[in-house]
Amino acid sequence: MPEIVVLSGKGGAGKTSVTAAFAALSRNAVLCDLDVDAPDLHILLAPRGSRREPFVAGHLAAIDPARCDGCGECAARCRYGAVSAADRDRFVINPAHCEGCKVCVVLCPRQAILFTPRTCGVSAVSDTRYGPFVHARLDPGAENSGRLVALLRQKAKALAKEQGRDLILADGAPGIACPVVSSITGATLAVLVTEPTPSGSHDLGRVATLCDHFKLPTAVLLNKADLNPDEAARIEDACRDAGRPIVGRLPYSPDVTAAMAARQTLTEYGGPLADALAEAWANVLNLAAAPKPQRNPF
Amino acid sequence: MAMTRAVKKGLRLAIASGKGGTGKTTVTAALASIWSQALCRPVVAVDCDVEEPNLHLFLRPVIRRAETAKLEVPMVAEAALCADCAACRELCQFGAVTVMAGKPLVFPEMCHGCGGCLAVCPTGVLVAGSRELGRIEEGATETASYLAGRLRIGEAQSPPLIRAVLARLNKVAEPGADVLIDAPPGVSCPAVTTVSGADAVLLVAEPTPFGIHDFELAVEAFTPLHKPMAVVINRSGPGTPELLALCRGHNLPVLAEIASDRTVAETYARGGLLHEAGAHYRAVCFALARSLAELPQTAREAAHA
Repeated sequence: MPEIVVLSGKGGAGKTSVTAAFAALSRNAVLCDLDVDAPDLHILLAPRGSRREPFVAGHLAAIDPARCDGCGECAARCRYGAVSAADRDRFVINPAHCEGCKVCVVLCPRQAILFTPRTCGVSAVSDTRYGPFVHARLDPGAENSGRLVALLRQKAKALAKEQGRDLILADGAPGIACPVVSSITGATLAVLVTEPTPSGSHDLGRVATLCDHFKLPTAVLLNKADLNPDEAARIEDACRDAGRPIVGRLPYSPDVTAAMAARQTLTEYGGPLADALAEAWANVLNLAAAPKPQRNPF
Repeated sequence: MAMTRAVKKGLRLAIASGKGGTGKTTVTAALASIWSQALCRPVVAVDCDVEEPNLHLFLRPVIRRAETAKLEVPMVAEAALCADCAACRELCQFGAVTVMAGKPLVFPEMCHGCGGCLAVCPTGVLVAGSRELGRIEEGATETASYLAGRLRIGEAQSPPLIRAVLARLNKVAEPGADVLIDAPPGVSCPAVTTVSGADAVLLVAEPTPFGIHDFELAVEAFTPLHKPMAVVINRSGPGTPELLALCRGHNLPVLAEIASDRTVAETYARGGLLHEAGAHYRAVCFALARSLAELPQTAREAAHA
């Protein structure tokens, strides 16, 4: 079961617009939005008939004021700055900073700290015009984005098996940490959407290194390619040297925003971007079917 | 109630957004470059987007000092000392410590650095080791001091490094200096950790369906932190009226509007700064700096309006 994840390192490079266009081109895929922190794919996919489930992960510590004698052990032990003095002989825990590590719970001499399971968001399985869609929303400021991503990938795999789908296509999160690491372990191919800007190049380098670290094959899609032709050429050279295939090039175009405003994928919107994306998708499918080793041995 | 202080404490502003790529770094870099000229006050530019730090690409600071940031994690001193009590395993919520066949086993990359296992181990078989989180760099440009965190590639947790950067900031920033913090995108723990370390928030928003959706998430996430908040609209376009209406509804002042202009995109693509894109943008940046300096005051007045 090939699992293709669209990443960029940098926000705003066009991951979601590309993923949505690929979703429109896919024939028999399970679609996934792994950007659980700020999910946007549903805006273009218009999911219906969502089966929702609360996402419960980890715990939250809370001080029982009736039992707290204000000794301050919890505040001294907490390494996340989550405990503060409410008044002279009572402490309170700020849920926004609580890591759910249990240290204060275990070390409180009065056993005055409750430790309750924490609802961190909601996950959903929905129907869309391009197939089943697995998505979620992490509560603002919540933890455990990596666990939620892992849960979504599990659900997508189970769904694909159940319905005889032959591909999983996922929109990833920006960055290189927790949710991204969770998105790529054991995937088949990462499509790295980048733009020829100093930030685009820099972030591509970091996310590509991360993929190499996890031995995940990568391919690159150059968006807004004509904004800075020199930088675009530098990115292409670097990709060639590293053995990262370039699957497509898209021009800088107001069509991206126009299609989004019409709640259409670029494939539905048509025009030069749709053609370029169709070609890119064909290249992606070929690579996913036979991923090549990435590292240049010399 | 007014109070007189010896040194006026500087403004500490986080530049944040729900969506990535809306222009946080563009705005932070431009403000850091013109701040001192516009306001005659020293300024520190801080990059807390430790996963993908990009501020240096635009500010090109001279780096004077770099240090490795570490997280305290347990390591096994001498396995034979283990009492096989499993106190460490029962406490650890992250699967970083377990006991197998009477011997402790540590997975340092899973550890959140809470120190619990070290505190409960009765025999001293677990001792403090460390895991490298990344680097903290300090330097300066001609117009600003500079501080940044760079997460080690492969490190999954960014909040510990962000906290280390903010702790360093408290050591190095002169008391009267203003601080501009480039925040990570999104509204989960990295962004909230960063914004919690500021005393005002500037949201950079894009009036597209994605941008407006994520802007709402950001407002929902940051409002409970009770900090003055304002908005800059970047790549202004057909969706701007909707975004302006939202800002009015949330009582958020819109301090600047930057057009969806290919010249700006090309300036950025060359690594140039917003105020270099033309006289109009220079004026926008100066006006934005001045309104931001007044932001805590403006927010107080809005709250009482």
